[in-house]
Amino acid sequence: MKKGTIPVEEKAIVNPLQTTGMKYYVVIGLLASVVGIGLFAYITQLTQGLEVTGMRNRVMWGIYVTNFVYFIAISMAGTLISAILRLTNAGWRKPITRIAESITVVSLIFAGSSIVFDLGRPDRMGHMLLFGRLDSPLIWDLFSLTSYLIGSILYLYLPLIPDIAYLRDSSTGISGIKQWLYKRLSLGWTGSEEQKKKLERAIKVMSVLIIPVAVSIHSVTAWIFGVTLKVGWHSTIFAPYFVSGAVFSGIATIILVAAIFRKAYGLESFLTLRHFKNLAYLMMAGNLIYVYFLVSEFLTMYYGGEPHDLMLLNAFFTGEYAIQFWTFAIAALVLPLIILAVPSGRTILGIVIAAVLANIGMWFARYIIVIPSLSHPFLTEGWNPYTPTWVEISITGLSFAGFALVLAIFAKLFPIISMWEIRGEQEGIASQESQHSIGPVGEIARDGGERAT
Amino acid sequence: MSKGPSRRNFIKASAIAGATLLLGGMAGFPGAASQGHPHSGSTGRSKKKWVMVIDTERCDGCRMCTEACIEEHVVPSGWGEPSFQGVRQTTKTAVLQKPEHIGRQEWIKVYNMGEDLGPPGDKGNFLPLPCMQCVNAPCVKVCPVNATYHNEDGLVLIDNNRCIGCRYCMTACPYERRFFNWGDPSQSYTQEEKAKTVFAESSPEFPVEHKKGTVEKCMFCAHRVKFGKLPACVEACTKAGMKALFFGNRNEDVVSNGAEILKLSDLLKSRGAYRLQEDLGTDPNVYYLPPRGK
Repeated sequence: MKKGTIPVEEKAIVNPLQTTGMKYYVVIGLLASVVGIGLFAYITQLTQGLEVTGMRNRVMWGIYVTNFVYFIAISMAGTLISAILRLTNAGWRKPITRIAESITVVSLIFAGSSIVFDLGRPDRMGHMLLFGRLDSPLIWDLFSLTSYLIGSILYLYLPLIPDIAYLRDSSTGISGIKQWLYKRLSLGWTGSEEQKKKLERAIKVMSVLIIPVAVSIHSVTAWIFGVTLKVGWHSTIFAPYFVSGAVFSGIATIILVAAIFRKAYGLESFLTLRHFKNLAYLMMAGNLIYVYFLVSEFLTMYYGGEPHDLMLLNAFFTGEYAIQFWTFAIAALVLPLIILAVPSGRTILGIVIAAVLANIGMWFARYIIVIPSLSHPFLTEGWNPYTPTWVEISITGLSFAGFALVLAIFAKLFPIISMWEIRGEQEGIASQESQHSIGPVGEIARDGGERAT
Repeated sequence: MSKGPSRRNFIKASAIAGATLLLGGMAGFPGAASQGHPHSGSTGRSKKKWVMVIDTERCDGCRMCTEACIEEHVVPSGWGEPSFQGVRQTTKTAVLQKPEHIGRQEWIKVYNMGEDLGPPGDKGNFLPLPCMQCVNAPCVKVCPVNATYHNEDGLVLIDNNRCIGCRYCMTACPYERRFFNWGDPSQSYTQEEKAKTVFAESSPEFPVEHKKGTVEKCMFCAHRVKFGKLPACVEACTKAGMKALFFGNRNEDVVSNGAEILKLSDLLKSRGAYRLQEDLGTDPNVYYLPPRGK
């Protein structure tokens, strides 16, 4: 096998893997210190117990569960962009697939860890496997989460193989560890027709399989709440409601992460306005479906007029949870829709702002799903208070900084844009250097033109 | 670089791995086989079906039941949960609260339902709430590790050696009768209580060795009733002169407060007994007798 020279267009993708600027280390350092503070907080929680949190006997789930639901939701990113758009042959997805798939894997890791943070006895986690009871939605979630995680790792890894082989063959002057890693992970990929055919088939099979698993995890997460008798949770609409929320915040997260990589790694020629616009349309669709479910839920509750339902709605609109509710409603539902509905709002900046607002708002959406129903008074003692403590906030910081950190490290080791895929279907191997200057590059140039207008 | 057969097969293998994803997850899951619990009865149908009847007409809110419960089980701190503060004046008794019991979990909690209806201590305004020991218990359904379960007498118990502290059962309980040990329970104990938790034998029927990070609740004094003694709260209520709590066996259609023995079905019928949130279908084993002429 010969060493290939890197074509000009792909230099932009490979460059960040080979040269690391000061800025990268600063960012990594900052993220690592946030994670460090979170770890300190978790050690405090382990030694003293959950009494260091703001949770108590009535509001016994707090922002750990909020984070869990949030991270589960954004894991929808990879499946939606990669699997669904792959199956429907939407060609524009190609530069975004890798970003989306990595978001899925990393978010599932932090969804799982959020549950561990929430456990009173993390030392007994193994009991879930030893004594698991199939009647419990938490066990369904364990199934679903592990299946989805394994599936997503495979689904991230399979399309990576040709790119890893490319790095193995074309990178010079990289450290021994990296060389070893690429050699191991590329599994002797040579790019033969037989290998390509098998890879294509494996990816196709995975993209079909991963969709029901993805739907299952969002549904099961919804059922954790839905099957209980709590006011505001006990709703038949919850599973599709959560799936739509996942589509919405999953895409918002892709937009945000793609924008960061675009800026940091200079990927402007690959991630163009066209991609952001298409993502924005999908996000708008997610937003509208979510609004539809929300209206359906609230209207049913309000019209029926059961006192407990009305109490909860009042708490949202004008009462105890008005701040969180309106933050959610305005940031996630109203503002992104306005920004994206106006043609002049659909610039990359506008779309990114909409995505940031949607992400913040949708975190609050999960907050007002989890906490008010628990806080709701049962007999006569009024609303039960809940305020997260520094431990909970630090561990939340750990989850989010950890999410960014793992993504940043991943993107240092592997190309964040699927090189062989944007090179066109008929190609796909690293060492055939004669073939990569056609096709997608022209397309990218057109996109660049669109961005300028 | 030569292509080994293992490499050639990898892609195929990974496709197969994908195909068996769901099955794979299930295969590595022995839990499905261990539905039972070492403590749950396997000796066939029990003759007992414990029920509690609470006569709200007689209850004057003296809270002796809660006190006795805390005493009996060395109930840990409630970590700030709203609880009785030792200031309620009752008809029978003045302040009965032991100061060290303030702020403990109240496994049987006496709610004052009628603060607008009459002066404190007025009978008929109070609602003592133990665990309802539901037949169709929402808490048991959701437990991921079978740490909470029905024993053969239909009581809902908790194995605090198995509980993982996810608190899902607490969210599921529509009566809010479950409590969590947010910190180290022994911190709030007196020396005497510490000794008791060390020397008494702890079991799901009598979980006197309370554990950090696990869930707790009333278990109808399973350790007492199996030896023919009334639950601590019932005994204390009668001792305080209220005689408002009855305990008995539904299968034998009899309840007693220690002073009277009554026929359960007659009592429930004649007094128009009700259960809390019956419409939820939890089938609770605690009945309330409404006050007459009020």
